[in-house]
Amino acid sequence: MRQLSRREALVFGTSGAALTVVGWGAGVHAGPREAADAIAKFTGGKTAQKGKIALDLPEIAENGNIVPLSVSVDAPMAADNYVSEVLVIADHNPRPEVVKFDFTPMSGKAAASTRIRLAESQNVIVVAKTSKGALFTNQRLVKVTVGGCGG
Amino acid sequence: MAAGPRLKVPTEAKKGDVIEIKTLILHVMESGQRKDKDGKTIPRKIINKFTCTFNGKPVFTANMEPAIAANPYFQFFAKVEESGTFKFSWTDDDGTVTTAERKIKVSG
Repeated sequence: MRQLSRREALVFGTSGAALTVVGWGAGVHAGPREAADAIAKFTGGKTAQKGKIALDLPEIAENGNIVPLSVSVDAPMAADNYVSEVLVIADHNPRPEVVKFDFTPMSGKAAASTRIRLAESQNVIVVAKTSKGALFTNQRLVKVTVGGCGG
Repeated sequence: MAAGPRLKVPTEAKKGDVIEIKTLILHVMESGQRKDKDGKTIPRKIINKFTCTFNGKPVFTANMEPAIAANPYFQFFAKVEESGTFKFSWTDDDGTVTTAERKIKVSG
């Protein structure tokens, strides 16, 4: 993603917000700005370090209505330091948030699989947070042949 | 309506094992993005939360958005130190909660 200047970001942000309002009716998709906002909300504006996360998704999803996703964070699950939350974001879905997993030391592993919907070809971004506040991220581009979410 | 949760949970394990759990529940997960044939938006109706606890303590939670596929499926893990009961719950947008439980015997 291209880095936006503050001015561009503001302009883009405003038009993005307007589009979102229309978007509920007209099927306009969220775009990277909303995805970045959702991630910033999760991280508290801190930068997540790349790595530690294995993210398994198909390179090409024939049916965007059902795309298998597996995520696994390579970090200890000790009582005093464990992966507490994992956020999954799809940056061109109508709403970027997909799911947030909450783990505890009783999870044993910070790993989960599910099936997601992707409206079009886009990046799936995962951000993990530990109980001590460390942040990790990874992402993958998925090409979608037939989009999910209907419309 | 949420119906028929399907669960795959081992019935026995050794103390300290990390076991795999699989769950699936039948639900349309209506995204709120689709339109009917008259062009009206079909209202959102999804399961928005899934939780798993063991002997009353949280193990795994999924906070879901409409981008979770129909018939939500989850695979995850649990570390077991003692015998006990897993409880599972699925919460619908309309407030309906579907629950299920499975016992596990832990030895060693």
